[in-house]
Amino acid sequence: MNIIEVKNLIKKFGNELIAVDDVSFDVQRGEIFAFLGPNGAGKSTTIKMLTTLLHPTGGSIRLNDHDPAREADAVRHSFGIVFQDPSLDDELTAYENMEFHGVLYSVPKATRRERIEQLLKFVELWDRKDDLVKQFSGGMKRRLEIARGLLHHPKILFLDEPTLGLDPQTRNHMWNYLKELNTKEGITIFFTTHYMEEADRIAQRIAIIDHGKIIASGTPEELKSQAGKETLEEAFLSFTGKTIREESGGGLDSMRQHRRMWTRR
Amino acid sequence: MSTIYILWLRQLKRYVRSRSRIIGSLGQPILFLLSLGYGFGPIFQRAGQGNYLEFLAPGIIGMSIIFTSIFSGMEIIWDRQFGFLKETLVAPVSRFNIMIGRTLGGATVATFQGIIVFVIAVIAGFRPYHWGMVPGAILMMLLVSLLFTALGTAVASLLEDMQGFQLIINFLVMPMFFLSGALFPLQGLPAAIDIIARIDPLSYGVDGFRALLVNTSHFGLVQDIGILGIVTAAFLLIGSYFFSRIQV
Repeated sequence: MNIIEVKNLIKKFGNELIAVDDVSFDVQRGEIFAFLGPNGAGKSTTIKMLTTLLHPTGGSIRLNDHDPAREADAVRHSFGIVFQDPSLDDELTAYENMEFHGVLYSVPKATRRERIEQLLKFVELWDRKDDLVKQFSGGMKRRLEIARGLLHHPKILFLDEPTLGLDPQTRNHMWNYLKELNTKEGITIFFTTHYMEEADRIAQRIAIIDHGKIIASGTPEELKSQAGKETLEEAFLSFTGKTIREESGGGLDSMRQHRRMWTRR
Repeated sequence: MSTIYILWLRQLKRYVRSRSRIIGSLGQPILFLLSLGYGFGPIFQRAGQGNYLEFLAPGIIGMSIIFTSIFSGMEIIWDRQFGFLKETLVAPVSRFNIMIGRTLGGATVATFQGIIVFVIAVIAGFRPYHWGMVPGAILMMLLVSLLFTALGTAVASLLEDMQGFQLIINFLVMPMFFLSGALFPLQGLPAAIDIIARIDPLSYGVDGFRALLVNTSHFGLVQDIGILGIVTAAFLLIGSYFFSRIQV
């Protein structure tokens, strides 16, 4: 049974830039799914459409049997997300950020208290729980974001480059926890990463996106044999080529911004 | 309900923790109160209009409220830039409740600012005509704060970054403040200014403060409350509509 069904998904910014170009894929319930691709390939844009933050230009999405564009509230009940870029409130303490999240996701008070303590200890921030987040280092903020993402137990957990900037200890720790959640509670995990070795080890199935199109998908083994390579990294490079991509964030953002300043949404 | 509460609480915590912002935002009203209040006082008196400080203080309370409210509403832009907005937008709660919580929080903060300016005015020599009317004036402050926080939210929902902020301050907030009758009486104005003053919601806010604090009124308290109530409801609806349509 599929928990995510994406068919012919398209996202255009303005008339020129096609960020996601006719993408289709499925994710099965309870699966650990990796969504890979070079910078600017369309990963984050796809995740934003899956998580109701952006409206698609074309195509359809079913997430836990709901349409993110039309049934946003139902969809928001089904997932949790750890964003690629920071989304903490710097003026609140670590504990308050967790508490805020717990209340928004209506985690009952007793469970909330218990889980916040457990998770903050887990990411080793319990003794800093009353410090303002603005005093934290980059790595500490990242750990807090992950702890926060795990506070409620959704049906699907989106992790957009969750391990970026984490040391191997924390990374390992985090994946063990996630795998346990996956087996115990059947939570579907959808993640992106640039560490191919991580995708190879963790993911049950992988889709590779480039220039807004899905160019390969299958189990890690299938991808390696399709490409005829020993490692996933080599397979990935043979699918996507070796040219370094423009970090398209800046250009894309400013295009969107201009469009929004002068046109009504 | 808990969504509204936690968002309200967040606005309050942010306010209490930013002491430099509280002190900084009091500089302007104090300056206006002292320089204009004492500076124009003698001329105002000679023109037969009575005590200028008494006339001016409600206007300066209005000024501090409109600036704080609009700024609170526009904090959405900061949240967007620092990424926190996404955290609230993907949460399984209605965006209407998020908007209401934020707006109530911003309005509470602006009301505090208004009360502080009132206290400063009292220290500077202002006396309300009847102390029993002060709680009423505070409720009026809350209404005006709600109106402008909702307006700030509506405007901020349409902007991507802080670049538009200056535009809003110079072409929306400043005109609303200067043409509201906060600084001068609305009687006998040129037709154009009179029309603008009648469209400007702050005019009714300042007039309401005067009705409750110094017992003079241009429009009458009932009309003030009626118009402020209707405009506030309209801005809340418009604000929540734009807020619900935000894409990140």
